[in-house]
Amino acid sequence: MSKNVAIVGVGFTQPQLKTVQVSYKEMVYEAAVKAYDNAHLASHKDIDGFVGCAEDLIEGTSIFDEYTPDQLGAVQKPVHTISGDLLHGLLVATMKIKTGIMDIVVVEAHSKASNLKTYYHVTNYALDPTWNRPLNVNPYYLAGLEKNYFMHHTKTTLEQIAGVVVKNKKNALQNDLAVFPEQTTVEKVLQSKPNFTPQTEAETAKQADGAFVFVLANEETAKKLSKKPVWITGMGWASDSPTLETRNWDEALYAKTSAHMALKQAHIKNIKEIDFFEIDDRFAYKELQHLESIGLYGKGKAGQALQNGDLNKDGKTPTNVSGGMLGCGSLLEAAGAIRALEVVKQLRGEAGQRQLSKANTALALSWRGIPTTSGAVLTFSRSLS
Amino acid sequence: MHKDLRGTHLSKKAFDNNEISTTLGDPHAYYEWDTGMGIGRFLQGLKEGRIWGTHCDTCKRTVTPPRVFCELCFSKNITWRELKTTGTVNTFSLCYVNWDATLIKEPHISAVIEVDGTSPRVGFLHLLNEVDPQKVCIGMKVEAVFKDEKERMGDITDIKYWRPL
Amino acid sequence: MSKVGIVSAGMTKFIRRAQETPKELAFEAAKAALDAAGMTLDDIDCVIHGTAPEAFDGIHMKGEYLSDASGGWNKPYIRCYVGGGTGVFAPIHGWLHIASGMFETALVVCEEKMSSCQPHPQGAFLTIFDNLIERPLKPNLLWIFAMEMNRYMNTYGISVRDIAHVSVKNKANALLHPAAQLGAEVTVDDVVNSPIMAWPVHRLMVSPPSDGACAVVLASEKKAKKITNKPVWIKGVGWNLDTSYWTNRDLAYPEYVEKAARMAYDMAGIREPRKEINIVEPYDPFAYKELHHLEGLLLADRGKAPELAIQGISARTGNMPVCPSGGLLGVGNPIAAAGLMKVCELFWQLREEAGARQVPGLPKTGLAQAWGDLMQVGTVIVVGRD
Repeated sequence: MSKNVAIVGVGFTQPQLKTVQVSYKEMVYEAAVKAYDNAHLASHKDIDGFVGCAEDLIEGTSIFDEYTPDQLGAVQKPVHTISGDLLHGLLVATMKIKTGIMDIVVVEAHSKASNLKTYYHVTNYALDPTWNRPLNVNPYYLAGLEKNYFMHHTKTTLEQIAGVVVKNKKNALQNDLAVFPEQTTVEKVLQSKPNFTPQTEAETAKQADGAFVFVLANEETAKKLSKKPVWITGMGWASDSPTLETRNWDEALYAKTSAHMALKQAHIKNIKEIDFFEIDDRFAYKELQHLESIGLYGKGKAGQALQNGDLNKDGKTPTNVSGGMLGCGSLLEAAGAIRALEVVKQLRGEAGQRQLSKANTALALSWRGIPTTSGAVLTFSRSLS
Repeated sequence: MHKDLRGTHLSKKAFDNNEISTTLGDPHAYYEWDTGMGIGRFLQGLKEGRIWGTHCDTCKRTVTPPRVFCELCFSKNITWRELKTTGTVNTFSLCYVNWDATLIKEPHISAVIEVDGTSPRVGFLHLLNEVDPQKVCIGMKVEAVFKDEKERMGDITDIKYWRPL
Repeated sequence: MSKVGIVSAGMTKFIRRAQETPKELAFEAAKAALDAAGMTLDDIDCVIHGTAPEAFDGIHMKGEYLSDASGGWNKPYIRCYVGGGTGVFAPIHGWLHIASGMFETALVVCEEKMSSCQPHPQGAFLTIFDNLIERPLKPNLLWIFAMEMNRYMNTYGISVRDIAHVSVKNKANALLHPAAQLGAEVTVDDVVNSPIMAWPVHRLMVSPPSDGACAVVLASEKKAKKITNKPVWIKGVGWNLDTSYWTNRDLAYPEYVEKAARMAYDMAGIREPRKEINIVEPYDPFAYKELHHLEGLLLADRGKAPELAIQGISARTGNMPVCPSGGLLGVGNPIAAAGLMKVCELFWQLREEAGARQVPGLPKTGLAQAWGDLMQVGTVIVVGRD
């Protein structure tokens, strides 16, 4: 049996700042119904397995997997949860299908960020309890530290980093899912309020609510269900040291290792062959750091590429055509869903006014955010080579 | 196995002698959970002294806590139904331990109450009171005791407890 | 599907309060498993971590915090969880990493340090309940299990005394387990006369909160045979999650455990589990759960599992040894690590390396099962010598 796996259906709720009218279960239900319809499933009973992506303290519920089955139609089915981004969920589902024990697997991730009133305190609770946490500082200072290090060692300029915000928020103007589209300028970004100098408010993605469900299938099933399956051709994931004192501040090691693994699996010799990139940009500098870490640009070259327009929609290596997290919003563990969704839309040719002229292959990268050093890279293709 | 099993036991004496090094932490985690269309309406009902259930017109079953989609047939084929404020003890426990593991003399009596009007007979977690703990039994008929109207907040505790009918 | 073997196992002692940090516990277990296989991290392709709630250790994104201690540095690393079912699910997750063809070796680590949660880990359990309609009632964990036990007893006419035999057996078995926290020689009378915590649950019918960690190394068929001449093969895996509306279910029988078991039996080609399974490690955080689970696993008729302990069939020297390790009741219950401890036990038993605990008669096939969430999830693994 072939071991190829494809995304055959996607469903989601419209991301919003707040979603006071519905519970997270009701949001996920809406996304699931749409996804199963999009995948042309005859019944939710055809699904063999389910993967949820969630962290307890974000949800405010211990062992949150308890509350996942009903809204997915997954009662008395093989269901489990991972603490990972949606891209991690996609790769776990893909492995399940590759074992041959399951034909159709569903992945879910959501953000009810609006319900968590003390996000930064909870994030501080992720730091080492004896060593870092007692310092009791908003842990987003880590972004300031890393950005400083990145700029110093790569000679990337503040203007180049601000340019990421301008590009992504502009791209978001063409994405009806985006919560934070804006026509802005480098000057405005640089003048925005500093929050963790050299990091500024405008360079920090803001949170939003939303629910996302993806349906994956093996080759035989995918071809039956979908005229435009989106094939997952490579997967990589890795973690650098979680300890602040010993991690690599220079490049994103998790991104480098993940990309290497995914590209190898996908038999992609030159990363520049890939048509477009959806990359974690929860802090503007991260987009450039990530592009260098995955090997698309040399050290200190991504900022220049941005200024040359290479990362634009019509550039050589379009990056975050969706608007990224800066434009669409930060959706916690569903952050990767915005990327995977953009890939599906582009490869299916359903991206409307932002449709790229060449969209046969794509790469998506997620990072789990502060204070983690975990990430995942997936490569996708419109066709099987 | 069995060679060099690791793990160091800390004794009470070590704590008493202040020999143990710890750091303190509190997640300071606060949430405002959206109750949504299903539970939101249920809680509003409690405020009015009513217990709501929902009927799935596909599966032909009436359940509570109510839900706006049926988790079994996965449809929104739902009709709201007001249930009685009486029920039957499905199972119970006499609990002599608080959630912080301290002991209590008079037990909390937790129970799953099958609310009258549901099919199959199902319900939710709540407490029993006004009853001799030794006389509680599975199958016992009970009724909901609500707080005074002005004290109700649209919360599960708007029902103070259930007592024998 | 590629064949996957367990090639080594390691664990820490299970203790009420460990001096080691969560990281140090995870490291000790991982290192013990690697050493036992004669391997280093360079030989490991990917790492799987299993822990139950974050609240015990008091660390948000606990899997991230534990990644380096679990050997995950610069490797594919994922934390998976299904509540109390995690300890058996984690090796299943490891299995799928290898069975998918993506990796040759995997290190699976489960850790829990419950003593960090003060004043008592029970406080953390409050947050497993429904945020909208249960937590305001200030429930504790004993409530729901006592209610499930009551429903089980009431449905089949089982007494507290019947169930007490499980505590006697498991605590005695644990006396021979060098990592055990609560091995003890107790009588049925001791159990039924121990203080009532939440009727019908008595103190000696409850597993303790514990600190501890376990680890196993998994490998593809080819690799496994190179690493050891006695790999223990993963023959079948199954897992199943029931609805969150636990008050809408009949608590007398765990249907989700049956479904998980059937999934694992189908994969393992097991048609008559009572004849084909030689040794069982079902999840026993409470004495009645061993019985409840044996029924769900189709290893006893409904309502009849108590007979197994009463008649000695489930004793270490009986026809179907159940929890020869001493189980959670005897060895201890650092949630996710406790489930993986059961898989470690099968590994040692099937290799005849269980020392004083060794089950006689060359057991060929074993089953470990874990359970958790809101009495809702079953995870099952079937392993064998050939």
